[in-house]
Amino acid sequence: MTLALLVEQLFNGVQFGLMLFLMAVGVTLVFGIMRVINLAHGSLFMLGGYFLMASLTWTRSYALAIPLAFIAAALVAVVLEIVVLRPLYRRGPLDQVLATFGLSLFFNEAVTVIWGRESIPLSIPPFLTGSVEIIPGGAYPVYRLVITAVAILAGLLLYLLITRTRVGALIRAGSDNREIVAALGININLLYTLIFALSAMLAALAGIMMGPLLSVEPGAGDPILILTLVVVVIGGIGSVRGALVGALMVGIFDTLSRVLIPLVIQTNATSALVGMAVYVLMAVVLLFSRTGLFAAHRG
Amino acid sequence: MVVPQRRSLLLLLLLAVAIVLPPYFGIYYTRFATQIAIYGMAALSIDLLLGYTGLITFGQAALFGVGAYAAGMLTVYGLTNAFVVWPLAVLISMLFALAIGSLSLRTRGFQFIMVTLAFAQMVYYFAQSLRNWGGDDGFTMPQRDHLGGTSLADHTTFYYVVLVLLVLVMFLSSRIVKSEFGMVIRGIRDNERRVAAVGFPPYPYKLVIFVIAGGIAGLAGALMANHAKFVSPAMLSWQLSGEMLAMVILGSANSLIGPVLGAAFFLAFRDVLSDFTEHWMLFFGPLLVMRVLLVRDGIWGMLLRVTGAQDESKDKPGEPKVDFPEAVERTTDSKLAESKPGAAK
Repeated sequence: MTLALLVEQLFNGVQFGLMLFLMAVGVTLVFGIMRVINLAHGSLFMLGGYFLMASLTWTRSYALAIPLAFIAAALVAVVLEIVVLRPLYRRGPLDQVLATFGLSLFFNEAVTVIWGRESIPLSIPPFLTGSVEIIPGGAYPVYRLVITAVAILAGLLLYLLITRTRVGALIRAGSDNREIVAALGININLLYTLIFALSAMLAALAGIMMGPLLSVEPGAGDPILILTLVVVVIGGIGSVRGALVGALMVGIFDTLSRVLIPLVIQTNATSALVGMAVYVLMAVVLLFSRTGLFAAHRG
Repeated sequence: MVVPQRRSLLLLLLLAVAIVLPPYFGIYYTRFATQIAIYGMAALSIDLLLGYTGLITFGQAALFGVGAYAAGMLTVYGLTNAFVVWPLAVLISMLFALAIGSLSLRTRGFQFIMVTLAFAQMVYYFAQSLRNWGGDDGFTMPQRDHLGGTSLADHTTFYYVVLVLLVLVMFLSSRIVKSEFGMVIRGIRDNERRVAAVGFPPYPYKLVIFVIAGGIAGLAGALMANHAKFVSPAMLSWQLSGEMLAMVILGSANSLIGPVLGAAFFLAFRDVLSDFTEHWMLFFGPLLVMRVLLVRDGIWGMLLRVTGAQDESKDKPGEPKVDFPEAVERTTDSKLAESKPGAAK
C-alpha cells in the first residue's frame, strides 16, 4: 500500500462523508424542529439523480439541468410536506415511520414505472473530467474534488443561514420552543415547509452529485438512507454538529475499511467484515453513549 | 358478560375458516394460506414488541431471515428432522436477538427505530456476503424437513403443521401478555418511568420480550425456508421489516390476531393487484399512507366494533400509545384540551 493510495482513499472518505452530511443534516433538522422522522429522505436523494438525468436528456446542458433538477426536487418536497407531513406533526412516531415508509415504497415504484427498472449511467460533466496530481504519483479525479468543494460550500452556506439570518434564528428558536415561536406571530407552517424543502434540496444535491459516481436506479436512496440513519445515531439525533462529525467518521471509516481490511485479512469472510464495519462503529459508540456523541439537549 | 364470548366466537370462526377453506380451494390457495400463516406469525412477533411493549422495531425481518438461513443451512448439511432443525433455528434467532437487543435497547424512542434498522441491515450485508451460500441470490433447499416420521412435502400437510404452530404461538403469546411479566411490559409501554419507580427495572424485561419475539420471528423464518425451499438475503431486507410492521398496523396492533389478518390483507392485496400490474407497490405505498392518516382502526379493531365484540373495560386493539421520551415534549406542547383524561388516543 502506497502513501498515494492512502491519501486518495482518505480524500474519497472525506468526500463520501460530506455527502452523508448533506443527507444527515436534513434528517436531523427535520427531526430537531418538526419532531418527525423521515424515512422517505432516501427517496429525495434518488429523485435528485433521476431529475438530473431527465432534465439532461431534455435540455442537453448541465448548466440548465442542475438548477432544473433542484427546483423539481424542491417542488416535490413542498407538495409532500403539505399533503403528508403536515398531518403527521401531531401524530406518534409509529404513524410517521409507516407513512414515510409508504412514501419511499411509492417513489421507488414510481421511478420504475416512469424510467424503467434498469440502472441508468450518468456521465460526469465534460468540463469536470480529467484528474489532477494532489501528491506526487497520486492522480485524483477533478470531479470528486469539485463535489467535495460544493459540499463544503453547501455546509458553509447552511451554517451562515442558521447562525446569521432571520430564518436561521427562527429555525433555532423553533427547535428550542415552538409554541413560543408560534405565539410571537411567526407562521410556523411556512417555516416547516421551508425547512422540509431545504432538507430535500440538500438530499437532492447529494443525489445529483453522486449520480455520475453511483448510478441512477430504483431504490438507489435506500442504502444511503440507512447509512444516514447510522450517522444520525452516532452524531446524536437533532444535532447539526453531530451530523457533521458522525458523517465524516462514517465516510472515512467506511472507505478506509473497504481498502484496509482486505489487505490485512484475506478469507471468505472479508467482504462480510467490510460491509459490517460501519455498524460495528455504531455499536461501539452506543456502548459508550446512549444518545450519540452530540445529543441535542432537552429542556 | 356477553362481549368476551362474542370475541371468542369470532376467533373460533376465523380458525374454522383457516382449517376448512384453503384445502377446499386447492393447492394454490393452500400455499397462499401457508404464506399468510407464516408472515402472520412474524408480524405477531412484532406485535409483542410494538403493541404490548411499545417498542417500534424496524429490524424484525433480520431475525426472520436468520431463522430461514439457519434452517436452510442445517437442511443442506443433511439435518432434516424438523424437531431438531426448527428449535435450533429458533435458538440461533434468539441469540441474534439477544445481541441486537442488548445494544439497541440501550436507546429509546426514535433512536431505537434507527438502531434496529441499522443492525438489521448489518445482518443483511452479512447474509449477502456469504458467497458459498449464493451471496445475493441465496440458495435452494433440496427438500423440506420431515416432522419425525411425517413427510412435509405435501402442501396440505405442511399447511396444517404451520397452522398448528401459529395457533400454539398465539396461545403462548396471549399467556405471556396476560401473565405478571406481561403486566410489566404493558406498563413499560404506557409509562416506563413509573414502572421503574415501582421497582421493575425496564431493561431486562424489554430484553426478554425482544428475545422471545426474535425466537418467534426465527420460527416463522424457518417455516418460510421450508415453504419456499429457498432462502435469500431478500428475506432480511429492511423493506420486509417495514412490510411486516405495516401488516401489524393494517390488522390492528395490540391484539395478536390482528397481525395475522393484516398479513392476509397484505398478501391478498399483492396477489390481486399483481394480476393487473407488476407495479402494485405504486398502490400499496399510498394505501399505507392513507391508513395512517385517515383510518383510526385496523381490520381486527373494525371487526370488533362492527360485531359489537369490543369489551370497553379491556385494552383496545389499535395503535398503541407508546411512551416516547420525545413524546413527553409533544404532549406538553400540543393543546392541553386534546389530552382529556381517559381519551384513549
